[in-house]
Amino acid sequence: MLEINGLSVCYGAIRALHAFSCRVGQGEIVALIGSNGAGKSTTLNAVSGIVPASGGSISFKGEEIRGIAPHRIVRLGISQVPEGRRVFGRMSVLENLEMGGYTLKERKRLKEGMERVFSLFPRLAERRNQQARTLSGGEQQMLAMGRALVAEPQLLLLDEPSMGLAPLLVEKVFETIVEINRMGTTIVLVEQNAHMALAIASRAYVLESGEIVLEGSSADLAVDPAVQRAYLGGAV
Amino acid sequence: MFLQQLINGVALGSTYALIALGYTMVYGIIALINFAHGEIFMAGAFVGLLLAGVFKLNLFLAMAGAMVFSMALGVGVEFIAYRPLRNSSRLSALISAIGVSLFLSTLAMLLFGANARGFPANAFPSRQIQILGAEVSTLQLLIIATSACLMLALELIVKRTRTGKAMRAASEDYTAAALMGINVNFIVSFTFALGSALAAAGGVLVGVLFNSVSFNMGLNAGIKAFAAAVLGGIGSIPGAVLGGLLLGITEVTGVALGYSSWRDAIAFVILVLVLLVRPSGLLGQKMQKKV
Repeated sequence: MLEINGLSVCYGAIRALHAFSCRVGQGEIVALIGSNGAGKSTTLNAVSGIVPASGGSISFKGEEIRGIAPHRIVRLGISQVPEGRRVFGRMSVLENLEMGGYTLKERKRLKEGMERVFSLFPRLAERRNQQARTLSGGEQQMLAMGRALVAEPQLLLLDEPSMGLAPLLVEKVFETIVEINRMGTTIVLVEQNAHMALAIASRAYVLESGEIVLEGSSADLAVDPAVQRAYLGGAV
Repeated sequence: MFLQQLINGVALGSTYALIALGYTMVYGIIALINFAHGEIFMAGAFVGLLLAGVFKLNLFLAMAGAMVFSMALGVGVEFIAYRPLRNSSRLSALISAIGVSLFLSTLAMLLFGANARGFPANAFPSRQIQILGAEVSTLQLLIIATSACLMLALELIVKRTRTGKAMRAASEDYTAAALMGINVNFIVSFTFALGSALAAAGGVLVGVLFNSVSFNMGLNAGIKAFAAAVLGGIGSIPGAVLGGLLLGITEVTGVALGYSSWRDAIAFVILVLVLLVRPSGLLGQKMQKKV
């Protein structure tokens, strides 16, 4: 579904991503793990068209999408839940979801999309008229994910969904990710919480300073001594 | 007496508010002080004058024409002078804005001459009427009513329409808005169009109020409206309205108290005080660093 070949991204003189290649099949959950600054978010932002790539190719369903404007990428069926949630704090929950469905032409599909999100996150339905900034961190994460789902993306890019959440909430968020995936959405998951990411992903790529250092099935990576040492805090 | 001054102040302040809205909306989205905004206002006044004076249109049609013209001008200015600089330093865009401002006012001087021109006397035959003992001109009421209608229309656009909501989203988080599939460049153009239309309406109203339209009217009005926007909290739409009204009332009160030679200084005193005491303005958000 998504195929990245030799992607490079530079911020000024700093090389954030170098010759990155990966493929994501239809219906998969693929994790990108690695420490802070390894280039995980940069990868997602390059796919979303927010940061320009300096080389390589990104193809979605066989079509080259590198260099396409971010708002058009969303229309192709790729949505991103950005790091730090970034909900529109001075807008209501309902308005946030409406923005998530901005690309939907028909009123009816917007409504259906919102209903789908409300059934996935009943808490959001309860708070639909509340300003987003008054929500708790966990609720904001739900809103950020719900917002990205309104338009029914085929590919969902999740950037650090567990960041800043209490352990109990983290588990809830990951359960939801699995549920979203079961409903047919392909997922690329960027996480520092490698433990949780490997538990739900079928495959994973390990990044270090903008390059892939390891890749394979999650089961293999979870028992790989190097991964354990670097990202899983020793013995599992 | 008090009511009299209040109405004078609100009429003047409404025109400041109309201009201030453009500053604040543009700043909200791309964090740029559009220093050419005063010249968009001036251009609106001239187009209104032409339509009313030469083509003998009635004042409302002339105002509508001026709004359409300034809309196109504002969008064009953004496209030519600001958009190519979107990713460079803020200072470059600011310098570009000052350049556009000088260009437009000089162009107007070449086209229309250096002397101020007035609206034809029959553009709006104003009468004096008594309201609760205050002497009020129908022109003042027209200004207040027109401004109120325009601000109400703006409020509806920003709160209720899909594009208006996208505008608020983009002003909160430009990148997140793009991730929603919002074409942020279109939203920026839309914002310039709205702000410029309001400025043009303000230009026509001010032109009729003082019966004077000149190539350099944008400088003074622009800076005062900017002070009003800062007073209300730059980036805040209700703030711009409040700031404009307060500035108008303060100015009129100052004049009534006999400080008429200080008239134009009042705005700057307010500007300096706000920046010193409460830089985020009356209704502004605490300044956050935009990522």
